[in-house]
Amino acid sequence: MNTAYGITAITLVCAVTLVTGAFGLRVSRTTSDFFVAGRTVTPYRNASAIGGEYLSAASFLGIAGLVYASGFDMLWFPVGYTVGYVVLLVLVAAPLRRSGAYTLPDFAEARLESRSIRLLCSVLVVGIGWLYLLPQLQGAGLAFRVVTGAPAWVGGLVVVVVVVANVAAGGMRSITLVQAVQYWLKLTAIAVPAFVLVGAWVGDGAPGPRVLGEAGPSWAEPLSGFGGQDHAVYATYSTIIALALGTMGLPHVLVRFYTNPDGHAARRTTLTVVALLGVFYVFPPVYAILGRVYLPELPGGTRADSIVLALPSAVLHGQSGQLLSAVLAGGAFAAFLSTASGLTMSVAGVLDQDLLRSRISRITGDDHVVAQGFRLATVVAMVVPYAAARLTEPIGLATTVGLAFALAASTFCPLLVLGSWWRRLTTVGAAAGLVVGGTLAAGAVLVTMLGGPIGGWPGSLLAQPAAWSTPIAFAVMVVVSLATPSRVPRGTARTMVRLHSPEDLALHRD
Amino acid sequence: MSPAPEAAAPARVRVTSTRRAAATRRGLAPLSHDIGEQTDLGEVYMAGLMSAQLRLALRVLAFGAAGLGGLPLLFVLVPATRGMELGRLPLPWLVLGILVYPVALVVARYYVRASERVEREFLDVVARR
Repeated sequence: MNTAYGITAITLVCAVTLVTGAFGLRVSRTTSDFFVAGRTVTPYRNASAIGGEYLSAASFLGIAGLVYASGFDMLWFPVGYTVGYVVLLVLVAAPLRRSGAYTLPDFAEARLESRSIRLLCSVLVVGIGWLYLLPQLQGAGLAFRVVTGAPAWVGGLVVVVVVVANVAAGGMRSITLVQAVQYWLKLTAIAVPAFVLVGAWVGDGAPGPRVLGEAGPSWAEPLSGFGGQDHAVYATYSTIIALALGTMGLPHVLVRFYTNPDGHAARRTTLTVVALLGVFYVFPPVYAILGRVYLPELPGGTRADSIVLALPSAVLHGQSGQLLSAVLAGGAFAAFLSTASGLTMSVAGVLDQDLLRSRISRITGDDHVVAQGFRLATVVAMVVPYAAARLTEPIGLATTVGLAFALAASTFCPLLVLGSWWRRLTTVGAAAGLVVGGTLAAGAVLVTMLGGPIGGWPGSLLAQPAAWSTPIAFAVMVVVSLATPSRVPRGTARTMVRLHSPEDLALHRD
Repeated sequence: MSPAPEAAAPARVRVTSTRRAAATRRGLAPLSHDIGEQTDLGEVYMAGLMSAQLRLALRVLAFGAAGLGGLPLLFVLVPATRGMELGRLPLPWLVLGILVYPVALVVARYYVRASERVEREFLDVVARR
């Protein structure tokens, strides 16, 4: 690949990000501005921002890599990412917005009236956020190496610096604008080369995808177990459950809903998000299929995740192929930057509110400005996953993201669903469910990430924990709640009114 | 205590029947007040709204679960569907790669409209009282 093109594209994306961020800085003044853009973001721009934030390295590079490497069954990943928003819309979009909280721990505390639940949620937000940041930084390193040949740590560092500068300087308002721009940047970056490549493919007589080596399970057919997958049916269902239910529990997704002016706007926003994601996710499988046509065997030392970046040069020769690769590299960087910004924003928000603020106050005697604490939290939120990304061995981008979804599905999904709809949820029940679901899912994640490959059923169950850990978390929350009826929060009725009554109803709110 | 001065005493009223108008007016205190204060009456209305919304949500989810969850089941039960083609293109790829997204959008749109209708009807009921 032509290094100059690639570096130009990446520099351009970083510059656009920083400039749009600085634009928001001038209007970001109060804490409310800082965290949720003063709640004045329109549904359309908010939806673009959610799309921009949500389409991560896993979407831009990871899906194509997974489908390329493991075949048809991986198509469930983009489907699950999209369907997750429908589930979120149907179950929690409006109640979440109407709860009027800034962050997930805010919601938990308001609903369950307990500081310990709040702390538990804070830990989970930080855990899920870091787990999700990990593949973003690894992906950045990967893309940067493909483009420039620089060592992997450089790409991650570029993302860290740009994101910290942006988030710490402007907070959410600048981020909302940045994210909205990023969606359209990413869509263009993946769609335009796809059309060009498909055109070239048709010009070549539209050859079919190939799989080299001995005849084995079919790459193109569902549930064939291609790519060494055991128990394909279980893995498929567990993936669907994790992605469909996990989306609502992702910290950077939730924080976006608070920037809607009201519950109606929250629903309208989510609807637009489903449309925007659907348009985008048509494209990654195209790269996987063309990858099978033109690059049935990857050059040694190349990971499947880089198929999107490697494809143009394999299809087109000369300048045009390199130019498309550069466009794709720029889009991929937009993906790392936007998702990492959103995650950093929410992780930093939680770190700041629940961990750092009280300590800083103690040291400075309330002498500091609130925004300073937040800026410190931003640095912490980014440096830890960067260090972890350097230490752990990368296991497919979309796989790591899938684990973050599984953890979210096993903890925040039951909390949000039961918290929004079930009056008999008790503080003890919620805490028990969070602890059990979190421990099971996190345990499975750790074994998968740190342990070697495990075969057979145990391996499949641990690699895709959502199908069993989510129902267990729900069951624990319900059973323990029923067993502790005296611990229903006293303000439950009032909270339920607030979560479900339309804003047009002039209530006596406090 | 001395009796109140003549001027401040209320005018005499001849009572001829129960005060029906006044009694209804007290009941006309806005229902939104009942809801905001979680009186028993307000609770009944809120429970109605919530169960209507929840029924709608579960209906949409059941449809989605049957549609998406049914797909792998179909592939398991009828293996012939795995390799089906439409024209020259493999059908499973078309369904899962493209068709899913417009369907998801239509379902989401149906839900948004239906839930806004539920809320509008709720507001109408509250305003009517």
